[in-house]
Amino acid sequence: MRQVLAAGLMALAWLLPAPVLAQVNCPDENTICGTIDSFSVKPLPLAAPIFVAENPGAADLAQQLTDLVVADLGGSGLFRHLDPAGYIGQITNFDAPVRFTDWSPISDESLALLTGSVATTSDGRVVVKFRLWDVELQRELGAGQQFAGPVGTWRRMAHKVSDQVYSRLTGEAGYFDSRIVFVSETGPKSDRKKRIAVMDQDGARVTYLTDDSTLVLAPRWSPDDRNVIYTSYASGQPEVRVLDVQTLETRAFGNIGQVAFAPRFSPDGQRVVLSLNEGANTDIYVIDIASGQRQRLTSSPAIETAPSFSPDGSQIVFESDRSGSQQLYVMPATGGEGTRISFGNGKYGTPVWSPRGDLIAFTKINAGRFHIGVMRTDGSNERLLTASFLDEAPSWAPNGRVLTFFRETAGEGGAPSLWTVDITGRNLKRLPTPSFASDPGWSGLLP
Amino acid sequence: MRLSHILLLGVVLLASACSRGEDAGGLFGGSGGSLDDNFGPGGAGSVLGPDGRPLNPASPAYFAQVIGDRVLFPVDQHQLTAEARTTLDGQSTWLLQNPGGQITIEGHADEQGTRDYNIALSNRRAAAVRDYLVAKGLPDARLSIIPFGKERPLEVCSNESCYQKNRRAVTVVTGFPGA
Repeated sequence: MRQVLAAGLMALAWLLPAPVLAQVNCPDENTICGTIDSFSVKPLPLAAPIFVAENPGAADLAQQLTDLVVADLGGSGLFRHLDPAGYIGQITNFDAPVRFTDWSPISDESLALLTGSVATTSDGRVVVKFRLWDVELQRELGAGQQFAGPVGTWRRMAHKVSDQVYSRLTGEAGYFDSRIVFVSETGPKSDRKKRIAVMDQDGARVTYLTDDSTLVLAPRWSPDDRNVIYTSYASGQPEVRVLDVQTLETRAFGNIGQVAFAPRFSPDGQRVVLSLNEGANTDIYVIDIASGQRQRLTSSPAIETAPSFSPDGSQIVFESDRSGSQQLYVMPATGGEGTRISFGNGKYGTPVWSPRGDLIAFTKINAGRFHIGVMRTDGSNERLLTASFLDEAPSWAPNGRVLTFFRETAGEGGAPSLWTVDITGRNLKRLPTPSFASDPGWSGLLP
Repeated sequence: MRLSHILLLGVVLLASACSRGEDAGGLFGGSGGSLDDNFGPGGAGSVLGPDGRPLNPASPAYFAQVIGDRVLFPVDQHQLTAEARTTLDGQSTWLLQNPGGQITIEGHADEQGTRDYNIALSNRRAAAVRDYLVAKGLPDARLSIIPFGKERPLEVCSNESCYQKNRRAVTVVTGFPGA
């Protein structure tokens, strides 16, 4: 990464041959590499000429695929796609050497060049190839790679390419080939119909997993992304159900026999942590899936809910109003008093532990406004990323660098929609959905 | 055509003549305008339902409209106010006089909270009502509670005038002969 951080260094940089600013995440200091933090401040220029169609029938798909990769990478906020109208060079043969002198003039900074090809076959299959280049140093970044599959999976292939490019340039895993489960909402505010739906992380390919005959809340993925656990009013009272995303079969979870809600799987998929109501009290329990054995983890007369495991499964972050208002606590996964970690003004709820383990995202309510925020797992370094009438229920992208949440507008016509934001607080965007949407749950990266 | 118009006009004139001070149709009782069956308890008359007919005092509709089926709560609270206790005293009296039905207490919260917390908060509110009714002598087995959190707002504006009506616990009675 040869971006100069201070204006004063700029003149010096021109005088020295290829000065290099050491980056923590650089595996090799002679390649383009920044950090997500640095790219989010100053996006890396990216040239992505349309992928070469290897046969005439592949031309449309090559365009669509290139557009989608550009949408992924540009939409991340970390890369600045250069307008193809300004390109000097053309890529007409994927296997021919790149003429770097055609590309270096279009950017006076480091430039990443993505080349690709698309071939289709008569039996409905697609092969997508790509290579990534550092134009300034005239070398390839990583090895060329190809993905092959049925034509119907072309969007996933594009997301796979995007994930590879993102990962090679930032040194961290991507998140483009992933899905978001959510609650789709229709109808007036006083009589909302809710159903569980799933879509790609960019809002494409929405499918509905339940009908809207029953109130459903807060779907969350199993670690293998095959099942969704959620809260349902199918029996009249809130209960926890599990839905098989392939077969769409649902079943009551755990034979619990009392009001249950706010379920989440453990990272190993062996346990479910949730809240149970007993009388006026709400406590957190963990249920072993194989044995059905139930263990109570909290025992105060306060409201304890919204539990979320640490990625190593050893700890649980949750919310409790035992201090008199909603605050965040961390306890061992075996239960216990817990240590309070939130101390700012206002109330804190819906904590979720990052898949990277470094941060906890939460909803904060302060002075009549809602925020999505992050803090370290000890509660330090709290940062608020959003502010609105009602922002709620963050869920982590698989790489722990982006959050999705829902934002509800005020008043009679108020309705929820899904949004994403970087953990830097940049790149706040609304996700397209066919109708109102809430309670997003981000999957892991798909295999 | 013309003939039918004339006939219709005649009917209208006749009807308006009758409405001048006389109870020709016996609307208030057939024998000389006696009202004694319609004074209701305390002389307050009968409460009419939406269809314009007097409510059966043993019906869920009577419970909801006359006794009062709901109590309201301050922001982020589940303790019963003095007003709520008065309403629940009326509910318990009526429920003890009308045994046999099922009683479900639905707890609700306004939209100014997170979903999970509001389910727990609305559960506390419903449980406070149940506990009060049980203390007044209603059998526990007749009562159940459902926490709805912020899922079923009654009023949809986003200010306190609506929020205060949404922070409620509603006692729903079903399974009565008068239903």
